[in-house]
Amino acid sequence: MALLHQRFENDNVFVVPFDKFLNWARLSSIWQMQFGLACCAIEMMAASASNFDIMRFGVIPRATPRQVDVMFVAGTVTIKMASRIKRLYDQMPEPRYVISMGSCANCGGPYWEHGYHVLKGVDRVIPVDVYVPGCPPRPEALLEGIIKLQDKIRKDSYLRKPAK
Amino acid sequence: MTAQDIHDKLKAAFGDAVQEAKLDAMQPWIRIAPNRTAEVCAWLHDQPEMKLDYLMCLSGMDYNNGKLGVVYHLSSIEHKHKIVLKTECPKDDPHVLTVSGVWGTANWHEREAYDMYGIIFDGHPDLRRLLMPDDWDGHPLRKDYKVQEFYHGMKVPY
Repeated sequence: MALLHQRFENDNVFVVPFDKFLNWARLSSIWQMQFGLACCAIEMMAASASNFDIMRFGVIPRATPRQVDVMFVAGTVTIKMASRIKRLYDQMPEPRYVISMGSCANCGGPYWEHGYHVLKGVDRVIPVDVYVPGCPPRPEALLEGIIKLQDKIRKDSYLRKPAK
Repeated sequence: MTAQDIHDKLKAAFGDAVQEAKLDAMQPWIRIAPNRTAEVCAWLHDQPEMKLDYLMCLSGMDYNNGKLGVVYHLSSIEHKHKIVLKTECPKDDPHVLTVSGVWGTANWHEREAYDMYGIIFDGHPDLRRLLMPDDWDGHPLRKDYKVQEFYHGMKVPY
């Protein structure tokens, strides 16, 4: 949008595929489920703070799953928590996305062998779109994860009939 | 009061409930019978010259020789003395008397020890698991623990 800002003398008409327009709108306002599970949540908070300013990507934390597009699984998913995460994911409206942040949420992390209480990867209960590696990942890594998710949303085609 | 004094007074009051002691250790400890913990602890808590009114920590133990144990770290805020109590019970029938009536702190500590080691604290008002889900199999910190394959359809091992 910045490319077009105040460049024209009069009003203009633009012709774009509606899917592209829709995707541009969606990827520019990815609302985030506001919750964190462990130390990765601290990095997520740092990403939200002014140094990294996650809001420039249109990521706004929301306190209810009904209003969100993406869930950052930021931290260790215990087996007790897994059923709650599944429920929160089920409460999110479609289309919905999941970013798995950090080694624990990706694959169990340091708890992979002796962690009887840790789910070895959140993808055992919910589908994951982007995996962000790191223990914990720096805020830049999370930002890159968001950019990767934006790339993914950009390629969606919701209006087209599914292939037979 | 020194650990020796505490041990001698305890021995005089309870006799064979006091099983063993190591008083020259950095943290001197006294081992007591598992079926007498409640009265011994109540006595240590209430006696004016002991007044061990602070349960710093209650730990479970698996000695890996067929015995489970409980360790109580006690401290007196007024007299500034400390003592460690230990007790042991067989792994196949682990029963220890609760001390949750003496120190309120012990309530959740004993629930945790029950959760992790399966030690049954007789007389506890609410002996449920503290950390693991209620329907979990086994007690994770026992040395012979094997994790279950599935929990509610989720695969548990890597």
